[in-house]
Amino acid sequence: MNSLEKKYPDEVASILARYPEDQKRAAIIPLLHLTQRDAGFISIHAMNDVAEITRQSITDVASIAGYYTLFHDHPEGKIRLQVCTDVACMLRGAQEYLAELSRGLGIQPGETTADGLVTLEEVKCVAACDHVPVFQSQIGDAIEFHENQTSQKTLDWLRSMSASIKGEGS
Amino acid sequence: MDKLVSLTIDGRAVQAPAGTLIIDAAKKAGIVIPVFCYHPKLEPVGMCRMCLVDIGRPAIDRATGQPILNPDGTPKIQFGKLDTACTTPISEGMVVWGATEKVMSARKSMLEFLLTSHPLDCPICDKGGECPLQNQTMKFGPGDSRFIYDEKIHLRKKMPLGDLIMLDRERCIQCARCIRFQDQVVDEPVIGFYQRGRPLEIVSYSEPGFDSIFSGNTTDICPVGALTTTDFRFGARPWEMQPEASICTQCPVGCNINYDVRREARSAGKIVIKRVMPRQNESVNEIWICDKGRFTYHYVESPQRLTSPLVRQNGELKPVPWEEALTAAADKIRTAGSNLVTVAGGRLLNEDLYALKQMNQAIHGSIFHYSRMGGAGWVNRVGMAPGSNLADLGKGDAILVFASDLHEEAPIWWLRVKQAADRGAALIVANARPTRLNKHAAHGIKYRYGEEESALQELLAGESDAAKAFSSSKNAVIFLGSDGMGAAQVEAAAALASELLVKTDHFGKPNNGLVVVWQAANELGASMLGLSPSPTLGEKLGAAMGVYIAGADPVADDPDLNDAIQRAAFVIVQDMFLSETAKLADVVLPVQAVMEREGSLVSGERRVQLVYPAIPALEGTRPDFSITNEIAARLDVKLDLSAPEQIFDRLAQSERAFSGLSYERLAETQPQWPEVGDKDLYFGGTSFKNKEGLGVVPDLSHEMAEPSAGAKFQERAAVQYGEWLAVPVTSVYHQDVYVASAELLKNRIPSEAILMHPADATALGASSGGKLTLKWGIHSYEGSLAVDANLPQGVILVRRDMGIPLQQPTAVRVTPATNQSESDR
Amino acid sequence: MSEIFLLRHREIPGLNQLRTYTANGGFETWMQAVKTQKPADIIQIVKDSGLRGRGGAGFPTGMKWAFLPNNIWPHYVVANADESEPGTFKDREILELNPFQFLEGLMISSFAVQAHDSYIYFRGEFAEIYRKFEDRIRELEEKGFIGEKLFGTDYSLHLHCVLGAGAYICGEETALLESIEGRLGQPRLRPPFPAVAGLFEKPTVINNVETLTNIPIILSKGVAYFRSQGTDKSPGTKIFCLSGRVKKPGNYELPLGTTFRELIYGHGEGILNDAQIKAIMPAGASSSLIPATEQALDTPMDYESVPALGAQLGSASVIILDETINIADLVNSTVHFFMHESCGKCTPCREGTYWMSHITQRIVEGKASKPDIDLLKSVATQMQGNCFCALGEFSIMAPLSGIEKFRADFEARVEK
Ligand SMILES: Cc1cc2nc3c(=O)[nH]c(=O)nc-3n(C[C@H](O)[C@H](O)[C@H](O)COP(=O)(O)O)c2cc1C
Ligand code: SF4
Ligand code: FES
Repeated sequence: MNSLEKKYPDEVASILARYPEDQKRAAIIPLLHLTQRDAGFISIHAMNDVAEITRQSITDVASIAGYYTLFHDHPEGKIRLQVCTDVACMLRGAQEYLAELSRGLGIQPGETTADGLVTLEEVKCVAACDHVPVFQSQIGDAIEFHENQTSQKTLDWLRSMSASIKGEGS
Repeated sequence: MDKLVSLTIDGRAVQAPAGTLIIDAAKKAGIVIPVFCYHPKLEPVGMCRMCLVDIGRPAIDRATGQPILNPDGTPKIQFGKLDTACTTPISEGMVVWGATEKVMSARKSMLEFLLTSHPLDCPICDKGGECPLQNQTMKFGPGDSRFIYDEKIHLRKKMPLGDLIMLDRERCIQCARCIRFQDQVVDEPVIGFYQRGRPLEIVSYSEPGFDSIFSGNTTDICPVGALTTTDFRFGARPWEMQPEASICTQCPVGCNINYDVRREARSAGKIVIKRVMPRQNESVNEIWICDKGRFTYHYVESPQRLTSPLVRQNGELKPVPWEEALTAAADKIRTAGSNLVTVAGGRLLNEDLYALKQMNQAIHGSIFHYSRMGGAGWVNRVGMAPGSNLADLGKGDAILVFASDLHEEAPIWWLRVKQAADRGAALIVANARPTRLNKHAAHGIKYRYGEEESALQELLAGESDAAKAFSSSKNAVIFLGSDGMGAAQVEAAAALASELLVKTDHFGKPNNGLVVVWQAANELGASMLGLSPSPTLGEKLGAAMGVYIAGADPVADDPDLNDAIQRAAFVIVQDMFLSETAKLADVVLPVQAVMEREGSLVSGERRVQLVYPAIPALEGTRPDFSITNEIAARLDVKLDLSAPEQIFDRLAQSERAFSGLSYERLAETQPQWPEVGDKDLYFGGTSFKNKEGLGVVPDLSHEMAEPSAGAKFQERAAVQYGEWLAVPVTSVYHQDVYVASAELLKNRIPSEAILMHPADATALGASSGGKLTLKWGIHSYEGSLAVDANLPQGVILVRRDMGIPLQQPTAVRVTPATNQSESDR
Repeated sequence: MSEIFLLRHREIPGLNQLRTYTANGGFETWMQAVKTQKPADIIQIVKDSGLRGRGGAGFPTGMKWAFLPNNIWPHYVVANADESEPGTFKDREILELNPFQFLEGLMISSFAVQAHDSYIYFRGEFAEIYRKFEDRIRELEEKGFIGEKLFGTDYSLHLHCVLGAGAYICGEETALLESIEGRLGQPRLRPPFPAVAGLFEKPTVINNVETLTNIPIILSKGVAYFRSQGTDKSPGTKIFCLSGRVKKPGNYELPLGTTFRELIYGHGEGILNDAQIKAIMPAGASSSLIPATEQALDTPMDYESVPALGAQLGSASVIILDETINIADLVNSTVHFFMHESCGKCTPCREGTYWMSHITQRIVEGKASKPDIDLLKSVATQMQGNCFCALGEFSIMAPLSGIEKFRADFEARVEK
């Protein structure tokens, strides 16, 4: 039993149960989601666990982790603040919103705040084009939509989130 | 045979079996359609889009189901978008155009796309001169680039994928040939794509990196200079090198290879080997070789090689001129006369073995084939018949792999057996421990070490599912290895295996028979020349006046033989290195390496094959046969064996097993499919076309005796209280001088000689990486331990050629060595 | 007033509660089907309804179901909830607010092809929706709507949720299957088609969420009722996702064949700041740009009429551009999307989108010259018809139509 199975025995078992006996490879993506729950990224160690459980090579697992944009292979801010700047959002001022956030946080898209709490990212369309500006927060394996934003609203939300995360930490 | 389909390609009428891909049909008709991702040995994927052609099919009237005709009565042909020739099977009446303006422009476009990201560093690229991308750009590509150089994607160029393979990420064109080879062909998916889109790159996360015994093959099929071996990288430009045909002698498969050689200043103007690559032989190794075969050649340049004969003077071996050494050897042999025991190992070529046999006959001595295996006599009767090819085995056929970890013992056989299983052959894997082949097996038989006989008897009894699958198969082949067995057990197992083949009528016809997984390359040659091993070699050596040993190192292998040889009045040794046996010798005669010589050898599938001199022999060395010839001459025995071809002609006349053969016949070739190595390297990769001979499988001996229960299994090694059963096993990389001379394989050689189940280790108070002492009789050896939960309990596995000379199942006493470091615990 | 088939939650609050859904007749059609109907008859009804796939290609749904060979088992149904086309957000509304109608459709389609395990593939960003679905499926199991030997028959059905992890191409059905199987989401070679060798190499039906959500309506209210909306060849309603420079963006369920004008000026209440409309992208980032002429505005939105304008209806993600938008900027955005989403499998898409994105970037930054516009066109043309899958072909729609119809916008950027 490796550390992932030890930590989430029920989740691992229920994921494996979804697929035919000879198709355990299909469990790689759900298991990778699970590994992101705590750390917010997938370590080599975690990939090894997934490879072991699904009986695939670690390279196959790494390859999948590298392919999909919501999987991260290195740690960043606890909160990934992902602003959609795709076509429909661009047409309704997403760039300006992003720029304001960038100023407000003091970081450029792609960067993480000095306290390691927030990483600002640009993402492609998140299927919320009628409620622009919109961002998506990725915290561990949880993703939430936040629609009809203003930069002020977003920064307020961030402040309260940061406070609660810091609260948990202490 | 599949039904033939008629179509036209570029206006030419072409016929090919139904199911053939357009790309192959065109190739067979000599029509060039360029490809990058397609490779005839891999499943087509249609990724690179280089092979786009215009494909038309007869239009069918929906209402009537009849072809629609043009006014002139010819069928109306409907064309659509361009499509990939590599993924489209031919169909009746199809019309393919591979050179229309539309097609040429698509080709040009694809090349322009590929070049946008390419570093265009051909002048320093290893593939320059044999690069499909370079060649096809010259032929079909755009004249200049419209892509702005500064916008090229830049990636770290030097990216080791482990010790052996280097990746240049900028050169990679994402064709996935390498990944697909590792995945589909060899089932070692240790490299993969990372990221997606333009940033796609090849990565390996295995430990060690690119952990596959077949990794080097990816450098042959990579259509650009993205994958190179660390061995060859920047070694030479392809056109500066001369390819020299040879046969790999690292195992009994007999892979056809080429040594690429050139004269170079940095080697003091000598001609040296720059790289080893497969030479196509579809019946032997297709277009693949294993990394052991690719990288071990470095032993030929080893500074440890002997360059002068040595003669013992005042207790010490001293270099002397050849004349003196030969005379000394002859003088000794003369004193021994018929009391001379000659020992000839399977590393020798047929010509050497023949010379030894002739000399021995003349002086009435005794000569033995030195082997740590057995069963050759059976192979001569029920081995692979002419016309066999493992590639022909598939659905309806069966393969039994008995007591062999083929992946370690003979990697290319592992590959070909696995592929036969992929094609539907019923694979039966019988072993005392799981091996990599089990995953592909239809039937797994698990016995305990020491109970090989009953496992075989059960197959003979014919009751089990596995036994039924074997007996009911159309064709059946048995691979018999030496996992956990010594020579005597293998000999006995070979008898039962042969009985099984005879009983189920799986012998004497193509694609049937017994293959013994030998430890040396030419053990069958020795046997076909009438030499046999002696089960009581130790006694014979002990009783001999003198001993003459060529192509073998019994002292290192076996403490009992060591004792026996110590007792001999004199010892003469022919070797490339100062082996353990040579160290005891009175006369040591330095010999040439196989790549320095001409000659022939016989593969485990009974194929007699030629080797050619690739590089000039190291000064001071001589071929084995010529040394024997010279010694004989000094004994007034006129063997008159002056040149390999002349020797072969003589032996073909006198030795039944070789009758009718000649170098000329061995050098014959025929067209092979897929075609590789001609100008169109893009098709099959850089592997070499075989122009130097496919070899010949001679007829089996007709005196096929009813196999009797002649050879009996010995009693199982009696294990007393406090003792363990220790059995020998093979690992592909080990410490013999040939493998160990290759610097870049150093990290692949396991550091542990002893393997155990973790529970046993715990019981013994030992731990992984710790040292154990094994004692049996008066012998005591130390080795490091690796634990493996897949191993059976209650037994100790000892890797061959790793410093513990355990050759057969033996009862041993085991103690953890005292000086274990703390960190081991 | 047109009928509402799909966005019924707008009329019935709380429809995403199982209680409310069943109180409003939910799952009666399902039980009826399993207990009394023959699978083949259901397929026939769906065929007769003329329902066409809402995922983009508009393929007749009943015909798709009928393709599954009856000598290879098991069969699978996969619901495509990957919704990633920029400008598309209709499936999300269904999944959040009318989930049970979609599930009922999925269950009926599973019964129709006798699948015993069906999968829903959610785009990774729908993690919350996915989690709720796991609960809903448990609820359905508890209530006995799915599970073993349903309603005393021999038929069993299990539903499974799969969460993607961020890759537009996984909306393409074969890439989606690869992704479920735990591989890189790259499209497969066809043939074999999923109907013969799909998920785990078994016969598989793949349908869009919206497509499946129609099914309970068709079965409960009948073919004629369904066909009372839309056109003869494009029957039924469709959710149009209206976004971009309109006053009221949002989802509008309207009969197929409704004109652009009615959608944009009627439901969308016209252009922001009452500016002049410039162009329409009817199928998200994958669209050709349609100059918003009077004639275009009067074109009915259905599977036959939109192609006459040189575009496709696709998933009906109607993005509106007005006079304030420079088309070069727009094209830069779509091209970057496709570069980001190209899976990298085939040369023209992998390299072409990368190359195009560099050119459009230079154009919008004012660092390009006139020949770059022709170069962009030439690169796009070189990709045309040569890519492995439709993603590559989609990526050139906006650049090619943009340069053709709005060249001046590009020239304005390069001359600066
Ligand atoms: C690049 C690409 C992306 C696609 N994305 C989606 C998608 O997000 N959702 C969807 O339902 N279909 C998508 N499709 C279409 C699917 O391949 C498939 O045709 C559809 O799911 C079939 O369902 P339908 O017949 O119900 O429309 C996409 C196709 C392509 C080529
Ligand atoms: S490294 Fe070579 S073989 Fe592998 S994908 Fe790249 S170009 Fe193809
Ligand atoms: S697509 Fe046919 S050779 Fe690559």
